[in-house]
Amino acid sequence: MGVIASDNASRSVAGGPPDDPYFKAMQAEFREKGFLVANADAVINWARTGSLMWMTFGLACCAVEMIQASMPRYDLERFGFAPRGSPRQSDVMIVAGTLTNKMAPALRKVYDQMPEPRYVISMGSCANGGGYYHYSYAIVRGCDRIVPVDIYVPGCPPSAEALIYGVMLLQRKIRRTGNIDR
Amino acid sequence: MTQTLEDFGKEISDALPGAVLAQTMPLGQLTLEVASIDIVRTMKFLRDDPGCAFAVLIDICGVDWPQRAKRFDVVYHLLSLTKNRRIRLKVQTDEASPVPSVVGVFAAANWFEREAFDMYGITFADHPDMRRLLTDYGFSGYPMRKDFPLSGYVEVHYDEEVKRVVYRPVELVQEFRDFDFMSPWEGARYVLPGDEKSSKGRG
Repeated sequence: MGVIASDNASRSVAGGPPDDPYFKAMQAEFREKGFLVANADAVINWARTGSLMWMTFGLACCAVEMIQASMPRYDLERFGFAPRGSPRQSDVMIVAGTLTNKMAPALRKVYDQMPEPRYVISMGSCANGGGYYHYSYAIVRGCDRIVPVDIYVPGCPPSAEALIYGVMLLQRKIRRTGNIDR
Repeated sequence: MTQTLEDFGKEISDALPGAVLAQTMPLGQLTLEVASIDIVRTMKFLRDDPGCAFAVLIDICGVDWPQRAKRFDVVYHLLSLTKNRRIRLKVQTDEASPVPSVVGVFAAANWFEREAFDMYGITFADHPDMRRLLTDYGFSGYPMRKDFPLSGYVEVHYDEEVKRVVYRPVELVQEFRDFDFMSPWEGARYVLPGDEKSSKGRG
């Protein structure tokens, strides 16, 4: 059988040193046999975490940090996390900014248009719980009243690094949940 | 400069008999109180008169004075780019009586007046499109009025049963609390940390 690439996801996480013997063995096996054997859920998880297309939902100043995160300095596309113009083509929605009562039905509609499995990152104080505008007459006190949220990124606005950490946490969550149905 | 601006205000008052009710100079800025029925005439004069040439309408806003019989002020800010001057006009009104719209004079007034209507409930006569501008669809009440509660009356959430965003009465876990009775912006007379021995600056 040789090497089974079962925990490949955990080995591709940025931060640790590359596991050279592991990858060399995998390459050798691939060269010799022409295929690799892996668990289906590991492959699915790998595909899911590595191609998260995100729906931009920039509502306020957080959107600027969200844009920063995808610009060359931080470059979220390294994580396979690419912006997408249409909700029907995306997997993640980043709610970046103040969600008003008037915007709430539109946000829900965009969320409903996204295909399963879908994830929501709530970015910044306003999206998390109303933040500065918590007592306002026009604000939704947390976007989790409208859509189910997977990751909350705190900050006002969160820095681009914080958002990237949120994205990495979302990838970890997908990996750990590890099921095909959501 | 202040003197000339005051004279300038008097010139405007003389040119428009009966329209200007009062002239004040708060913070060195020329402010004219104008009768409600004369606002269109005044604006047209300020725009077209070569000595005024106020070509830009900066803003129209409302002010609520609940203790007054005519509870609203409508405040117009004008700018003259060629003369490098600004002027402020004030019109008093109440909930029932509409103010003549100045859309015919300044097209920019369209949304400003809609905003004033949205936030204060001030109506404008002969406005081409008197609808709400900023607040939610189907919103009731005028949020910038002093008697409007800060958190409003309704909030939204997604209802899993009817599968849409629905309204419900506001429920706050904790009421809004403001403990800042000694705000430095309100002229509080307390001793700042480190200033205990200083004799200067004690009220």
